[in-house]
Amino acid sequence: MDWERLTPLLIAAAGETAFIVLIAMAVGGLCGLAIGLGLYLFRPGNLLANRIAFGVLNVAVNIVRPIPFIIFLMAIGPLNRLVTGSTIGIEPFTFALAFMATFVFARLVEQNLLGIDPGVVEAARAMGAGPVRIIATVLIPEALAPLILGFTFLFVAVLDASAVAGYVGAGGLGDFAIVHGYRQFDWGVTAMVVLVIIVIVHAVQWLGNTLARKALRR
Amino acid sequence: MSEPIISLREAHKVFSARHGEIRAVDGVSLDIQPGEIFGVIGYSGAGKSTLVRLINALEPATSGSVVVDGVDVTALRESRLREVRAGIGMIFQQFNLLGSRTVAANVAYPLEVAGWPRAKRDARVAELLDFVGITDKAGAYPAKLSGGQKQRVGIARALATNPRILLADECTSALDPETTADVLALLRRVNSEFGITVVVITHEMDVVRSLCDRVAVMEHGRVVELDDTYRVFSAPQHPVSRRFVASALKDRPTADVLERLRVRHPGRLVTVGVDDAGHSTSRLNEVLRDAGVDSTVVYGGITEVARRPYGSLTLELIGEPVRIQQGVTALRAFSDVVDLGTASDPHEDPSMAPIEEGSR
Repeated sequence: MDWERLTPLLIAAAGETAFIVLIAMAVGGLCGLAIGLGLYLFRPGNLLANRIAFGVLNVAVNIVRPIPFIIFLMAIGPLNRLVTGSTIGIEPFTFALAFMATFVFARLVEQNLLGIDPGVVEAARAMGAGPVRIIATVLIPEALAPLILGFTFLFVAVLDASAVAGYVGAGGLGDFAIVHGYRQFDWGVTAMVVLVIIVIVHAVQWLGNTLARKALRR
Repeated sequence: MSEPIISLREAHKVFSARHGEIRAVDGVSLDIQPGEIFGVIGYSGAGKSTLVRLINALEPATSGSVVVDGVDVTALRESRLREVRAGIGMIFQQFNLLGSRTVAANVAYPLEVAGWPRAKRDARVAELLDFVGITDKAGAYPAKLSGGQKQRVGIARALATNPRILLADECTSALDPETTADVLALLRRVNSEFGITVVVITHEMDVVRSLCDRVAVMEHGRVVELDDTYRVFSAPQHPVSRRFVASALKDRPTADVLERLRVRHPGRLVTVGVDDAGHSTSRLNEVLRDAGVDSTVVYGGITEVARRPYGSLTLELIGEPVRIQQGVTALRAFSDVVDLGTASDPHEDPSMAPIEEGSR
């Protein structure tokens, strides 16, 4: 182990992972929330019931979500070239991951919204609230605790998927562990990366649990 | 009579289901007068919850008209409907409070929707919490409240925007008897102090008995009987009404009770109705004394229906058979009398048979 040489590389790799994960989380969080709300609102019998809109979103989520990410990364190449101008590097990789994160989170958001007592939504309607107000003052606040937990779950999934960034030359912690650990038969380096990831995941999970408990209001 | 505040004409609500359609409300016409407490009673699935939702158009009517405060809500667009809904308070069986908001913020919610400025909102919330008696819980979250407290918050929230109508959908069905009485008393105050028209949906005849001026009995989406509460109790016409009345009034002996009464009291048994038309129990004693008949109360009870006395007493009459017959004839002159005969010569109670046969 040559930590004097490896430490700056590890920090750079962590920075790349941070960039990928943060952007994927931000985009996936916002777009996933929007699509998840759409799935909930368009569902037959719900506030903006629309069989066609619901069907389109539902099928889209069902198509994207089950594809193993590394295959999705390749399959989205043509679209990626259109959007980011390339299929190699950190931007195309982040785009693909944000795309996947959006659809994973959309389903989580939908499921959590379905857990809200429909009576509360009805009460808001009875008081004259429109759909936009109901989203902002009923749906999101009432489901906030499970949404926070869902977002925490998304973080772990996104961090997991970010490990294959090296496949398209996007670097990151996964790439570091393989290039400097696995391929050098240096188990110490691999173990170090594993340790870093465990610490990050635990810290984020703790943060998510704490915020969710606060949001529960019990 | 003044102009009705709620008026339904041939209102229908049809839901399409997997196998054909469900006619939840099937041609209901009724008028509710301003300032009255109107009950709608029925078993679950009778369509009463759908009926009340036609009034604030949470469910749009399939056909017919629903006129609320002079406006036909079936003809309105969604954006205009929101204004109408804001003028109609509603409370629910499961309270439906926002768990993410404090008690005070829950009560403030309809005021926010209606665009009240903050200072006015706060003053109104304080006033409402005082009215329902939960000022000390203003900062608490609903999860910390008992059922009765939650319904008080629900009532405060429903009254926030000074509605002229309050819809109460099974609002005591999740509460214990004591809390139910508190909430009913509060609804009576809402009606008497503010003159708010209250529409009460329930499956408990006891709620109707103690609260409602008039009642509509529903079955299979139709109103099968509609009358003054007192009249429905004293002379129910439809089998469903009779079943509901029997569930609230326990003063008349049922068949098995009667069997045991006959063992304990082998003499002549009669059930004498007591209502507010001057049939006081002192009159009853007087008549029997004049006939030279002794009597013992063996069953019965007198309660209030719509704040008027109502009930019956089952008596054992003791004395010579001829005098007893005279006594019974004298009682018949001023009251409803059901002659149950004696243990050796029993008579059936004619009022009991149709209740047992009543359709569900």
